[in-house]
Amino acid sequence: MKRVYVNEAWCLGCHLCEYNCAFANSGLSDMVLALKGKPIYPRIHVEENEQISYAVSCRHCKDPVCVKSCIAGALSKQDGVIRIDKNKCVACYTCVLVCPYGALAPSEAGVMQKCELCLQNACGEPACVKGCPNRAIVYEERGEAE
Amino acid sequence: MKQYVIIGNGVAAAGCIEGIRSVDPEGGITVISEEKRAVYCRPLISYYLEGKTDLDRIGYRGADFYESMRARVLLGRKAVRIDPDAREIELDDGEKIGYTELCIAAGSSPFVPPFEGLDSVKNKYSFMTLDDALALDRGIGPDSRVLIVGAGLIGLKCAEGLAGRVKSVTVCDLADRVLSSILDTECAAMMQRHLERHGISFFLNDSAARFEENTAYMKSGAAVPFDVLVLAVGVRANTSLFKDMGGEVNRGIIVDERMRTSAQGIYAAGDCAEGTDISIGQKRVLAILPNAYMQGHAAGVNMAGGCEVFDKAIPMNSIGFFGLHAMTAGSYDGELYEEKTENSLKRLFTGDDLLKGFILIGCDERAGIYTSMIREKTPLSSVDFTLLKKAATTAAFSAEERRKKFGGVV
Ligand SMILES: Cc1cc2nc3c(=O)[nH]c(=O)nc-3n(C[C@H](O)[C@H](O)[C@H](O)COP(=O)(O)OP(=O)(O)OC[C@H]3O[C@@H](n4cnc5c(N)ncnc54)[C@H](O)[C@@H]3O)c2cc1C
Ligand code: SF4
Ligand code: SF4
Repeated sequence: MKRVYVNEAWCLGCHLCEYNCAFANSGLSDMVLALKGKPIYPRIHVEENEQISYAVSCRHCKDPVCVKSCIAGALSKQDGVIRIDKNKCVACYTCVLVCPYGALAPSEAGVMQKCELCLQNACGEPACVKGCPNRAIVYEERGEAE
Repeated sequence: MKQYVIIGNGVAAAGCIEGIRSVDPEGGITVISEEKRAVYCRPLISYYLEGKTDLDRIGYRGADFYESMRARVLLGRKAVRIDPDAREIELDDGEKIGYTELCIAAGSSPFVPPFEGLDSVKNKYSFMTLDDALALDRGIGPDSRVLIVGAGLIGLKCAEGLAGRVKSVTVCDLADRVLSSILDTECAAMMQRHLERHGISFFLNDSAARFEENTAYMKSGAAVPFDVLVLAVGVRANTSLFKDMGGEVNRGIIVDERMRTSAQGIYAAGDCAEGTDISIGQKRVLAILPNAYMQGHAAGVNMAGGCEVFDKAIPMNSIGFFGLHAMTAGSYDGELYEEKTENSLKRLFTGDDLLKGFILIGCDERAGIYTSMIREKTPLSSVDFTLLKKAATTAAFSAEERRKKFGGVV
């Protein structure tokens, strides 16, 4: 299955991926309308220390501890993609407590959200990857188990 | 062909079914369920009272779950005896069901200490099942004064669920603080203040000594009038079936890391089982949902002839009340690192070059990075703990570790 991979040596720390993610998932067609002057709720975030930066989003784990821990049955694996049913989530934060990568965070509405590879929105493929100016994140098959 | 039987139909059973089917598409699966319901999310019964979920959404899996898993469910039937020699289960109506592999996923039951005069209380409830919640839902009104005995997770979740719907909610507990099994004194005080701001009153270090119809007389002498009583003192693992057949039982049914019990062909999982808590290296019942699923899944895989070891069990809870979340994991033994603000509290406990446990209140971002370090026993010397103390970030791991995690490099 194709996943999003990072090459931290190439990350500029520009946070564009975060904006592209928030826009792609806003359901709006105008980026300014969608994002300008508002707090954004991206499903990818740039982590950094003094030397490096890199973008982190859900790894779509083979053994997804979030799915196994969700108290509401809101997380599931479908064709290898870890999906969230926001209608079932009760915002208990158990998934945040267990995800080893910090890949879940609350949405504007309070319930959790996570990267679903843009397969459900109008973008159809990860918007973060599409918009990365330095190819520091790529969307490809690397033979990892699903 | 194998004949799998599962006693119980909660989340551990669901994990077991999915575990079996990940290995064996063919064997017969029979689930014996005392409750007359498809598997539902037990922790959501307080959210049901609050209106944050409903009978459609509270289901743990989709409507076609048993069908798609080709599992037969016997709803409203109870297993009363296990005959390990004949490999048979006897049901309450005398029917016998044979098994080649059995999983006991019978969960836990509310424990009610003998209170004097409890029989005189008419409007009283437990808070364990969806039926309990539905009965409580019918038993309350806007004028009800509710008394909850037990300031643990279940009692307080019940309090939160009821707060907006009744006149008053009072909680009492023998312990000197709320959530005494997961919070230390200062953290508990912070949570208690928050709950009090939302209208919940407390009698701590004190509890009901006896009841007289609609009044509880406390040990301290206070008289607390109420209309509705909820008993949430504690839970006990359902071990009797296994104990009666001579199996090894402590507080729960003793299991190894593949969920095998002391009896051939019999596995146990979830709230009724006692496996190893790796944060203290001792056997312990961990009555939390993630544990139920993971143990159930491991049991299922092993029952079906696969091999799944579950050796990462630790206590871990994420519990929120009126918007303030407390996250806890592991054990609180060791050296303390602390950060405090008016609205948040972070406590990390370290020792033996490991993160042993934590309490986080009001600062939950990416907490799973800490949890995974406890579960994986990540040596602190292999990470930049100075950075990690301030914020949970994978940037504190080594470059090689990050390549493994995010670059698909194995
Ligand atoms: C109000 C509440 C809130 C909670 N909140 C959280 C939370 O936020 N996070 C968390 O991690 N955990 C929480 N828990 C705990 C969590 O619900 C349990 O750990 C989990 O449901 C255990 O699953 P289980 O399958 O082992 O047992 P159960 O869900 O108890 O299922 C066992 C089933 O077996 C049936 N059974 C028992 N004996 C027999 C028999 N002889 N024959 C047939 N059937 C039988 C029972 O009727 C029951 O339906 C909460 C629990 C409650 C009550
Ligand atoms: S949310 Fe976290 S635990 Fe779940 S699949 Fe993604 S990376 Fe894995
Ligand atoms: S916050 Fe939502 S998705 Fe996460 S564990 Fe709780 S109910 Fe499941």
